[in-house]
Amino acid sequence: MNDVTRMLEDTAARLFSDHVDRAVHAAAEAGEWPAALWQALEDSGLTQPLEAGLSLPEAMGLLQIAAQHAAPVPLAETLCAAWMMANCGIEVSTGPMTIAPVVRGETLRLERRGDGWHLAGRATRVPWGRHATSIAVLAETDDGALHVALLPRDAAAIIHGGNTALEPRDTLIVDTALPVGAVARCPFGYDVLRAFGAAMRTAQIAGALERALELSVTYAGQRVQFGRAIGKFQAIQHNLALLASQAGAAAAAAGMVAEALSATPDMLMIAAAKGRASEAASAGAAIAHQAHGAIGFTWEYPLNWATRRLWSWRDEFGNETEWYPLVGAVVAGREPAGIWPAMTGTEAA
Amino acid sequence: MDLLRFDAPPVSPEAEALRQEVRTFLRAELKPGLSRDRSGTLGGFNPEFSRKVGARGWLGMTYPKQYGGHERSMLERYVVLEEMLAAGAPINAHYVADRQSGPLLLRFGNEDQKHEVVPRIARGECYFCIGMSEPDSGSDLASVRTRAVETNGGWRVNGTKIWTSYAERSHYMILFCRSADADPKDRQAGFTQFLVDMKTPGLTINPIRNLAGDTNFNEVLFQDMLLPDSAVIGKAGNAWKQLTSELALERSGPDRFLAGFKLFRTLVGQLGPDPGERARLELGRHAAHMMVLRRMSRSVAAMLQQGQDPALQGAMVKDLGTTLEQSLPDMVRQLAPVEGDPEAEDELAAALADVTQNAPSYSIRGGTREILRSTIARGLGLRQ
Repeated sequence: MNDVTRMLEDTAARLFSDHVDRAVHAAAEAGEWPAALWQALEDSGLTQPLEAGLSLPEAMGLLQIAAQHAAPVPLAETLCAAWMMANCGIEVSTGPMTIAPVVRGETLRLERRGDGWHLAGRATRVPWGRHATSIAVLAETDDGALHVALLPRDAAAIIHGGNTALEPRDTLIVDTALPVGAVARCPFGYDVLRAFGAAMRTAQIAGALERALELSVTYAGQRVQFGRAIGKFQAIQHNLALLASQAGAAAAAAGMVAEALSATPDMLMIAAAKGRASEAASAGAAIAHQAHGAIGFTWEYPLNWATRRLWSWRDEFGNETEWYPLVGAVVAGREPAGIWPAMTGTEAA
Repeated sequence: MDLLRFDAPPVSPEAEALRQEVRTFLRAELKPGLSRDRSGTLGGFNPEFSRKVGARGWLGMTYPKQYGGHERSMLERYVVLEEMLAAGAPINAHYVADRQSGPLLLRFGNEDQKHEVVPRIARGECYFCIGMSEPDSGSDLASVRTRAVETNGGWRVNGTKIWTSYAERSHYMILFCRSADADPKDRQAGFTQFLVDMKTPGLTINPIRNLAGDTNFNEVLFQDMLLPDSAVIGKAGNAWKQLTSELALERSGPDRFLAGFKLFRTLVGQLGPDPGERARLELGRHAAHMMVLRRMSRSVAAMLQQGQDPALQGAMVKDLGTTLEQSLPDMVRQLAPVEGDPEAEDELAAALADVTQNAPSYSIRGGTREILRSTIARGLGLRQ
């Protein structure tokens, strides 16, 4: 990690500490947009990290920090939308953004009409749909060619939904005209969008697990039962060591996806990392709750802001059932001597 | 949190070129299929192979040139090691010496020890065993009773070491023993490490047959064994501190998740190109876990290279890695119609029996699972 990244991390961590509290969570879960938080992020250039000159791996690091603080804003989705538009040559808009479709098999149709385009279709579970000012939509023309369309949120009908953390996951119904400049051919397929989504959720899982670990260690050091801090009991110590190892595995997975991301992402690395991080999310959240006892089961105590996100992020953009067979397919059918080179991406050129 | 740092291993074209060299070498040296030398899970003890590896410059890779080393990076060493393990190469003869005894001598040994022994390690000619465990001292190393008493210009040693792998074929032992009376205020004081020639009079080796039928497991007795003062490694009484750095090297390596790789390889081979949806998921899960562990382990190597102390990350690698490997036999049982048989012609049956029988040792040797978890808990600030 270089000095610039460390400085950025410090800035981001301070900003999230200052702006994310219980009141912000309560309002966000009630459906309010955390305008002050977003404004502060925008003022610091953190909502458009690529425009601000950060590399993609550095931007992924930022998502990890945001997730440590359970910041209820679409930083990841905005980053993904901006990256898609930049890769398709569409001018990146400002404000919170998101992407669609995010559910496998959903398609939106695009056709030329008059001087412009017409976009129609339905996308479910769109993250932060209601709060995005614009949405980067992957859509197909009749000939099957993929395009990216920049859709203003107000041009779509939105039905509210949420994930377990009550982060917005909305249904988008579209039937609208778009100007020529809002549409461009997309040089990559659905799989790249899915890989990007999986990568960002992997980074976020790592951040939330780190938070769950910190909270658990602090709590175990303070909570006294049977005359001593519960963290002095070996059973608790060993469970928290297991939580640390799961958080460590997720952190390593986050490192893998950061390096694997590009317009031609290393799908194998991302598949392995998202599957593994999703598993770590389940195991880690369970241990954190067990260590906390009843207090961790309350809404007021901050653990749930991490774990309720983990319970959704582990499934969003594909869970173990989706990603592990992709890794298995790369391994299966190799000659014994070819398995290791395939797994490690070290086949001779 | 610092213990969750797994920084990106540096990209090294030299290391990747080296990787292909190692593969070419291994293709020529190893017969296809399973090594039938069932002496441990790392693929066997083969001095001829070890000398060839040494001749290629792939032992003592990170050691200084003046002691026969090659001054290459930890990552280059890592590449060589993981390729050997993945191919099931017989590295047991040189492995302990190369991994931890050589570095220990280089760090704490005297010039004679360094000049005489270390170049032989780097040539693949000199093998080491570890003299730590005793009949009444396993995880609680501070309770060791083997005792060295100072005599005229030297030391007289009495006691017993046990579970000593390859004692019968090693040239030296790094002996950890008590050299002063126990200090109730400092349990870690009063220990000394010695470089012990296995041919020293007063040293007796008794084989112990392990549950897999191998006899490379031993008891080593010391009966009035006399050692010169020059056999002390580092400072007398300082062994505990010297040991800590040795353990970090012992724990974080790729052997902690590649010991059973031959079983995984054999399973993949038998299931064929279209193993079905369930097998694809299970194989993919296992491979994904290994890929993430490899990333963790490579980060640890990079951090060692930078002079950091990734002891906690190393403990995580070993705990996660051995837990994964111990689950391997169950995966095989669920995916393939095979019964373990150590003597079977069928490679999957033989490999399954081998890994099943050796798996309990994975989470015992080199620090039990419980000790590792306590180490991590200490790193979290939960214990002293």
